[in-house]
Amino acid sequence: MSKDIVEDLRQRSSGVKMVNLAKVFPSHEGLGDTVAVNHINLEIKTGEMMTLLGPSGCGKTTTLRMISGFETPSGGEIFIGDRSVTNVPPNKRDISMVFQSYALFPHLTIYENICYGLRVQKLPKDQLQERTKKVIELMELKGMENRFPNQLSGGQQQRVALARAVIIEPKVLLFDEPLSNLDAKLREHMRDELRALQKRLGITSLYVTHDQSEAMAISDKVVIMKDGNIMQVGSPQEIYEFPANRFVANFIGKANFIPCVYRGMDGDYAVVALADTVYKVPKPGVMSGIEAGSECALSVRPESVRLVRADQGSITGEVTRAVYYGSKVEYEIKIGTGPIIVEVYNPQLSERFYEGDRVSIALDDACVRILK
Amino acid sequence: MSKPQRFSNFRMLLNQPALLLTILFIFAILIIFIILPLINVFRLGFTGPDGGFSAETFIRMVSDPGYQKTFWNTMKLGGLVACISTFVGYIFAFAITRTEMPGKRFFRGIATLPIISPPFVLSLSIIFLFGRMGLITNKLLNIDSFDVYGLGSLVAVQSVSFFPVAFLTLTGILESIDDSVEDAAYNIGASRWHIFRTVTLPLSLPGIGSAMLLVFIQSLEDFSNPAVIAGNYSTLSVEAYRVITGMYDMQGGTILAIVLLLPTLTAFAVQRYWISRKSFVTVTGKPTQKRRKLHEKHIVWPLFGACSLVSAVVILLYGTVLAGAFVKTWGVNNTFTLEHFKYVFSMGWDPVKNSIILAAVSAPISGLLGMAIAYLIVRQKFFGKKIMEFSSILTFAIPGTVLGIGYIFTFNHEPLLLTGTAVILVAAFTFRNMPVGIEAGTTTLLQIDRSIEEASTISGAGAGTTFRRVTLPLLRQAFFSGLVYSFVKAMTAVSAIIFLISPKWNLSTARIFALFESSQYSGAAAYIVIMIVIILAAIALINLLVNLLFKPKYLKRATTK
Ligand SMILES: Nc1ncnc2c1ncn2[C@@H]1O[C@H](COP(=O)(O)OP(=O)(O)O)[C@@H](O)[C@H]1O
Ligand SMILES: [Mg+2]
Repeated sequence: MSKDIVEDLRQRSSGVKMVNLAKVFPSHEGLGDTVAVNHINLEIKTGEMMTLLGPSGCGKTTTLRMISGFETPSGGEIFIGDRSVTNVPPNKRDISMVFQSYALFPHLTIYENICYGLRVQKLPKDQLQERTKKVIELMELKGMENRFPNQLSGGQQQRVALARAVIIEPKVLLFDEPLSNLDAKLREHMRDELRALQKRLGITSLYVTHDQSEAMAISDKVVIMKDGNIMQVGSPQEIYEFPANRFVANFIGKANFIPCVYRGMDGDYAVVALADTVYKVPKPGVMSGIEAGSECALSVRPESVRLVRADQGSITGEVTRAVYYGSKVEYEIKIGTGPIIVEVYNPQLSERFYEGDRVSIALDDACVRILK
Repeated sequence: MSKPQRFSNFRMLLNQPALLLTILFIFAILIIFIILPLINVFRLGFTGPDGGFSAETFIRMVSDPGYQKTFWNTMKLGGLVACISTFVGYIFAFAITRTEMPGKRFFRGIATLPIISPPFVLSLSIIFLFGRMGLITNKLLNIDSFDVYGLGSLVAVQSVSFFPVAFLTLTGILESIDDSVEDAAYNIGASRWHIFRTVTLPLSLPGIGSAMLLVFIQSLEDFSNPAVIAGNYSTLSVEAYRVITGMYDMQGGTILAIVLLLPTLTAFAVQRYWISRKSFVTVTGKPTQKRRKLHEKHIVWPLFGACSLVSAVVILLYGTVLAGAFVKTWGVNNTFTLEHFKYVFSMGWDPVKNSIILAAVSAPISGLLGMAIAYLIVRQKFFGKKIMEFSSILTFAIPGTVLGIGYIFTFNHEPLLLTGTAVILVAAFTFRNMPVGIEAGTTTLLQIDRSIEEASTISGAGAGTTFRRVTLPLLRQAFFSGLVYSFVKAMTAVSAIIFLISPKWNLSTARIFALFESSQYSGAAAYIVIMIVIILAAIALINLLVNLLFKPKYLKRATTK
C-alpha cells in the first residue's frame, strides 16, 4: 500500500543548511530593532527530524519562516540540498509546511484540499487521482473526501494538513507548532502518529515547538534557542544528560546548581572544590569555557539527588518543603549554598521526611555535570 | 526597512516575474488615470498664457465676492447635511444594532434605497411635491408663490440621500462596541440613559466623526441635486460646471474645482488617518455572545416612531416619482399614460443602453482591480506599497467634477487620445469606484488568517494562482460589494461624466439632466424608474454570478447539515 509514495519521498528528501542566518525586524515607533535570529549556523541531515525548542519569542518561527521563504533574511544563506534558496520565492523551494492553524482552504473539499498542490502543478488527471488516493489511504482519511474542513475534528484537520503537505513530495517538511491547537490527550496521540509517519517517510523535517516533552518525544535532534541564538544542538539524550549551559539545563527539566571552584583534571575525573570538600566528577560534561581555578557550578538533576539520614552524608541541611505528588515526593532542602530540589520517585519504597527534618544529600557522581 | 532587507525583498520579487509585472502595471495605471489627471488639474489652473506658472486666475477667482459666497455656501450646505444625516443615521444605526425594535429588515432596506438609486430622483420628487405645480404646495395648500428652489430643499434632499452613508459607518462602529461594558454599567445600577451618555455615545464618537466627514465629502461632491434644485444658491461643483460650459472659462472653472478639492481632501485625510485610527483603540472588535438587546418600551417605541417617520418620507419621495412617471404632465394634466416609457424604450433607449454597457464593463474591472490591490497591499512586500495604497483610494476624495476636468485635459491628445470614446468613461468609472472595493477587500483580508494563502504558496502556487484559487473565493463577499458598488455608481454618476460624454456615448444620467433643464419632469421620472429597476435586477444578477463563479458550497453545506 502506497509504497511508491513512501519511496519517492525518501528519495527526494534532502538536507538543509543555514549559514550565518540572521533576521532583524526594524523598529516600530521608536522602539529598537528586534534581532529575532542572530547569525545562526545549523545543519539538518537528510531524513532527520530536527526540533527548534525555546521560550516564546526566541526566534523559532522566524527561523522556520526564513527557510520557507515567507521572511527574507537580513543576512546569511540557506541551502536546501546543494542549492542556495536564499532568494528563491517560497513556491519554488520544494518544501512544504504544516501550519499551527492548519490553514486548510475553507472553500474546498477535503479531496480538493489534499490534491491542491498537484492541481497547481497541472498534473495529468489520472496521475493526480492516483496519487491523491494513495495519500488519502496513507493518512487514513478515506470517506471524508467530500466533506469541508469545518466538518472535521481537530485531529482529522491536522491529518488533512499533513496530507496536503506531503502530496507534493517536498524535499523538506516544516512544522510550526502543529499540535498546539489540540487538547492534551489528542496531542500526545498525534505526536506519536506524526513521529511514526516521519520515520516511515524518511522526510527531512524541521519542527518548531515550545513544549519540551513534545520535542524530546519526537526529535532526532533538538536545537535549544534563546534570544535568537542557538544554545545547544544534540539528541534529546545529549541535551538532557549533557546540557551545555545553565539555561539548557534549566529549560529541559530542572536542575540544581551548587557553586564550586574547578581545580583541574585528574585523569578522566574533574576535580572541584566545594567549600572545603574536594569532589571528583567522573563525567563532567562539555565543560566549555571553564579554566582551572575558575568559579563554576555542579549541575545535578533533582532525581539524581538522594536523601539520607542526617548522619549518613557529607552535605547536611533542613527540609523546608515536602510535597507529595503520588509518583514522587518533591523536597526542598536548605543547605549552606542555597536551596536544593530533590525528587524521590516511588515514594512507597523510600523513607519519608517532613518539613523541619534534618537530612543529608548524596549525589550520584555519574549524574553530576560541571557548568560555567 | 533596512537597505539590505529592501534589496533582498526586491531580489525575491525579481524571481516572481508575474507578480512584479502586476505591481508595475498597477502602478502605471494608477499614475496614468489618477495621479496624472490630478496634476494636470493643477497645471491647468495655474498656467499663464505664456505657458509658465501663473496664479492670476486663482487670485481673480478667490478674490471675487460672488465666488467667495459660493465657497461658504458649499461649506454651509456640507456642514448642515453632515449634522442632519449623521443624526438620522445614528438613530437608525442605534435602533437596528442595539435594540429589539421590530421591522429592522424593512428599515435597513429603506436606508439602502438612496444609495442604489439614480441621481435627481429626490430633487425631482421635491419638485413634484413642492414645486410650482406641486402636489402639496399647489393642490393641497393652494399656494402658488412657494419657491422650492434653494438651500432648504437642498438640505432636505441631500440629507435623505446621504444619511445611509452615516448609517452604514455607524452600524459598523456600534456593532463592534463590546456589550459587556454596557452590561457591567447596567448591573451596578446605572440607568439606560446614563449608560448611553457615559458609555455608548463616547465610544461611538469616532464613528460619528467619521460619518460626518464622509457625508460632508459626499455633499461637496454632489452635482446632481444642486444642479437642479439649488436655484440661486450657488455651490462649487455646479458653479465650476457652469463657468466651464456656460462662460467657456476653462481655467476659472478649474480653479473652482481645485477650491472644491481642498476641503474634500482634508476631510478625507482627517477621517482616514486620524479618526479611524482612534476608533481602533476604543473598539474591542470581537463580538461577544449574543445578549438580549434593549427592549424597554419607552426606548423602543420612540425610536420606532422616528425610523417610521423617516421611512415614510423616503417612501413618499420615491412613490411620488413612480407616480410622476405615469402621468402626462405632472400638475397640469394628470391622466395616466405610458408614453414616457414608450419614449424611453424606443427613441430614448440609447443612453440607457450605453449606461448599462459601460457599467457592466467597468464594474468587473474595478472590482477585480480593487481586490488585486487589496491583496497586494495587505499580503505582499514591495517598495512603494504605501504610495499604491494612498493613490488607489484617493479618488474617493476627488470630486467627480475635478476628475472629469483632469480627464479631458489629460486624454485629449496623443498618445493618450481617449476623449469622445467609451474608454475614457470606463476609466473614469473604474478608478472612481475602486476605493470601496479596496476598502472592503482590505478589511476582509485582515480578518483572514494569512497562513491560508501561505499554504497555497508553499504548495507551489505563485501569487497569481493563489489570488485566483484562494484569495478571491475568500473575498467573495467583498468582491460582491465592490462589483455592486461600482455598477451602481457607474449607472448613477453625473459629475464625473458630464464633461466626458460625447454624442456617440451619451449616458442616461446626462439625458435625465437634459430633461430637467428643459423641465420635462415626467420624462425624467420614467428614466429614473427604469434605472431603478435595472439596478435592482443587476444586483440580483451579480449576486447570482458571484455565487456561481466561486461556489460557496461549504457555506450551503454547513447550514443545511
Ligand atoms: N513581523 C514581525 N515584526 C516585528 N517583530 C517581529 C515580527 N515577527 C516576529 N517578531 C519578533 O521577533 C522575535 C522572534 O519572534 P518569533 O520568531 O515569532 O518567536 P517564537 O516563534 O520563538 O515565539 C520576537 O521578539 C518577535 O516579537
Ligand atoms: Mg512561534
